[in-house]
Amino acid sequence: MASSVYLCLLRTVFLVCIVNLLIHGVSGDEDVNQNPHHHLHENITGLPIVTFKWHHVETPYLVVLWVFVAALAKLSVIELNHHVTSVFPESGLLIILGFFLGGIVWGADKVQTFKLLPSTFFFYLLPQIILDASYFMPNKLFFSNLGAILIYAIFGTCWNAATVGLSLWGCYEAGAMGNLDIGLLQFLLFGSLIAAVDPVAVIAVFEEVHVNEVLFILVFGESLLNDGVTVVLYNVFEAFVNLGGPMIDTAEIFKGIFTFVVVAFGGSFLGVVFAILLSLLTRCTKHIQIIEAGFVFVVGYMAYLTAEMLSLSAILSITFCGVCCQKYVNANMDEKSITTLRHALKLLANGSETMIFVFLGITAIDTEIWVWNTGFILLTILFIFIYRIIGVFLLTWMLNKFRLVPVEVIDQVVMSYGGLRGAVAYGLAAMLDEKTIPEKNLMISTTLIVVYFTVILQGITMKPLVQWLKVKRAAHSDLKLIEKLNNRAFDHILAAVEDICGRIGDNWWTRGWNRFEENYISWLLMKPKARKNRDYLFSIFHKLNLEDAVNYVSEGERQGSLAFIRSDKAANVDFKKQFGSEFADVMPDIMVDMSSYELGIENFSVTSIVKDTIPSVSLDINAQDRKNALDDINAHHLLQQHLYRSRKHHRHKYSRSHFSINQSEEEVQEIFQRTMRSRLESFKSAKMGVNQAKKITKHHKKELAHKMANGHSDGTGYLYGDEVDSAVGSETGVISGTFMRDKYTVGAGIENPVFLPDMDSPTHSSLPWLMETEAVAPSQRAQRRLPWTPNRLRRLAPMRISTCSTDSFLMADVSSLTLEEHEELSQTDHDEIRPVFD
Amino acid sequence: MGSTNSTLLKIPNVEVLMQETGFSPAHIIRLHDRFKALDKEGRGYLCPQDFGAIKELAMNPIGDRIIGAFFSPGKETVDFHAFVKILAHFRPVDKDRPKEPNSPEPINSRSNKLKFAFQLYDQDKDGKISRDELLKVLRAMLGMQVTEEQLESIADRTIQEADLDRDDAISFEEFRKSLEKVNIDHKMSIRFLR
Repeated sequence: MASSVYLCLLRTVFLVCIVNLLIHGVSGDEDVNQNPHHHLHENITGLPIVTFKWHHVETPYLVVLWVFVAALAKLSVIELNHHVTSVFPESGLLIILGFFLGGIVWGADKVQTFKLLPSTFFFYLLPQIILDASYFMPNKLFFSNLGAILIYAIFGTCWNAATVGLSLWGCYEAGAMGNLDIGLLQFLLFGSLIAAVDPVAVIAVFEEVHVNEVLFILVFGESLLNDGVTVVLYNVFEAFVNLGGPMIDTAEIFKGIFTFVVVAFGGSFLGVVFAILLSLLTRCTKHIQIIEAGFVFVVGYMAYLTAEMLSLSAILSITFCGVCCQKYVNANMDEKSITTLRHALKLLANGSETMIFVFLGITAIDTEIWVWNTGFILLTILFIFIYRIIGVFLLTWMLNKFRLVPVEVIDQVVMSYGGLRGAVAYGLAAMLDEKTIPEKNLMISTTLIVVYFTVILQGITMKPLVQWLKVKRAAHSDLKLIEKLNNRAFDHILAAVEDICGRIGDNWWTRGWNRFEENYISWLLMKPKARKNRDYLFSIFHKLNLEDAVNYVSEGERQGSLAFIRSDKAANVDFKKQFGSEFADVMPDIMVDMSSYELGIENFSVTSIVKDTIPSVSLDINAQDRKNALDDINAHHLLQQHLYRSRKHHRHKYSRSHFSINQSEEEVQEIFQRTMRSRLESFKSAKMGVNQAKKITKHHKKELAHKMANGHSDGTGYLYGDEVDSAVGSETGVISGTFMRDKYTVGAGIENPVFLPDMDSPTHSSLPWLMETEAVAPSQRAQRRLPWTPNRLRRLAPMRISTCSTDSFLMADVSSLTLEEHEELSQTDHDEIRPVFD
Repeated sequence: MGSTNSTLLKIPNVEVLMQETGFSPAHIIRLHDRFKALDKEGRGYLCPQDFGAIKELAMNPIGDRIIGAFFSPGKETVDFHAFVKILAHFRPVDKDRPKEPNSPEPINSRSNKLKFAFQLYDQDKDGKISRDELLKVLRAMLGMQVTEEQLESIADRTIQEADLDRDDAISFEEFRKSLEKVNIDHKMSIRFLR
């Protein structure tokens, strides 16, 4: 627990540093001109104690300052006023704040020193946003709608580019823009750069309006995938512009179309290759857990840069890298690394998104770039708006003929309205060559106006529009096992019915792919161990149980201290409840009176789950794990205070490469030794014969309590500790589970018959050891009793947790242990236990 | 269109069938062809063995149950009418089709689709999915990786989620309620049957 928090903190710091380095270019290039003269070595008269060396640190310092300012901007925007933020989209507010910041800089320098440079944007700000988006892509949704997304991305973008370019040219020829030095090809080039819907803007606006997932994936997928088209169109038309009109013949045009295929599919293919590489890498990073999360960034960035180098679509490359690797990376890496990765991705993406919008605002405050041409600007806005609507409706009309669930008219309206343009368009416009395109500045200013118009105006009106049109929102689906189970069943049913109909349908392909994936791809890319534990339904079940456990703990804390855990009274109730659930079939009556209790708990846990659910499909950069973080802290606190501490040798916490201290061999050794000692002592006491039983009777109550405490202290106690510890859905439970079994088998390996009875219950009946515990100072006793927690957990949600996923075999062990123990204990003991049951 | 009509004419009561199921003549013909292909001996009805001959179906974990759903209790055969009626469950709901106010509920309505799914679980036809019945389905669908105890706890939890009256079984009403948020029209429809 502690380690995972530290881990996150450390990595956050680390990654912030990286961000800073990455954003190096934001302002650096500009500053060099600003301060050309270095006054480093002026006449030194003596040994300076403190020297002021601004130029030494200038570039990184400015970058850090801007990152800091952008973060503050975000903070202030968020904290500003919840009325404002509920109306205004954050992205729009950041741009407006950028205006102010730009104004300040301009006011001070009388020239815009800082602006968003295309190279900075494309190399340092964009990749992590795309990586984040693709890594968190709801894969099933994405691939099941891939056809529609591709249609929108390819044909929609081409349509937009062509119609906007041609219409503008038509208007220009008709004289609507006055006198400009611009031809048909330049108009088409402009059309192609302004055509593409921008992923950054779309994520930023749509994450705040939770529209239904299909609509979201259509808009969002389009915005991601249309990059291939945009890049190609842009490159082709730029080449054409450079070639000049007369040089273009049919061969060149066909070459242009061919480039499209190469660029788009080549980029995607490259992404897949890197995804495979990444998955293979994470297969064998077991021993360098601390940096394995970094591979995702590095390999993802490599995919991006390689594609850029080969002049393929870089965005497509990194998109497919993220989409394809997510499953295997998640399965292969340690749970903590995954948490780190998720947080770091969100951190980077959120950070650069903020930077992008702030700088989009700052860039505007510059007299140099502004060239106003009312006709051109207004017509551009008009055309992109109109043609987007026409394009969407046209394509959807065609798509709906084939879709199982047609896209509704309202959704189409939102889709057309969601055609936001953003920094990608600006970056492309800023990259234009001034020599061949004399009206570059007009294009930049028009692009900026379009960006402001779409992000701010359409962004603001998006929410009211969605509400007014009553667009189907994303259902806040709390995870339900029965739904997942039935979804799986429905898949099978559909596949079967397709087989019966003898037609190859969608499900046939899905199923064929799944089978192929399971048999070959998983085998290649996944750790054998991960392959075993990845049954879908089962993982859901596991997740639900963890959620319950965490909820229970946080509820307990909310209601006041966890004192109830320590009270002796509770222990007896625990005992009863626990055994009640374990012997459910033997003692139905106990179950009956438990049910009323259970009902109350049920309500509690359900509501508290509902209270803070995050919609299942939301690429919300912000909402990531907010809840989990909170739960983490709660559980952390709880465990820190009360967990049974073994006397193991703590590995030093300042070790750079190891955080985990719980799974060390030393601990296994430790527990083994303890077990052996208790066994030895019980062996000694066994020599005293009947004595033992008598003593048990005497210390009956304490014995029971300790049976709870000690019986589970090594096993379940740890297990639960680990479970809660890794509240984010960790697999460590499994690890410690198997480790538990190891322990038992260690005992079973010894064949001395004298040991055998105790072997099954290594700590239970070890009276001398118990006595020893009694003698220890009270504070230590309190610590030792903590393992009651699991029992309480079990009691509160008996059905749901009792045979909790990972430890169910363990539970079986324990229950069989207790059964055997019952048989072995003397009759008196039986009699003693009975009343407690009643 | 001559061949179309002649095929249609061979099927008795084809109008009634189309009325009930909402299938177009093209669908009926296609399904009839398929029916004949499955009915290798040309008996005019299908046995469970005929379904079992479909290779892919044999690999479906709940394939047996789905085959079973085609046969009404106590019967060993299914004729073309019944066959089409079962398949009609999976026809997507078309919103454009005018709704006649007093027409019976179409076969492909949400609740009928759900009923179809429900009866796959409810093998003893007592209107309730008991724990054992659920366990059987789970066992079929979850495969080897999950231990028996885990299966049982999953079953318990699933029942608990849906079980409103605490009788340790899921009635159809509870089943329907628990799947309220699932888009059944989407999940239980096949595109080419539209």
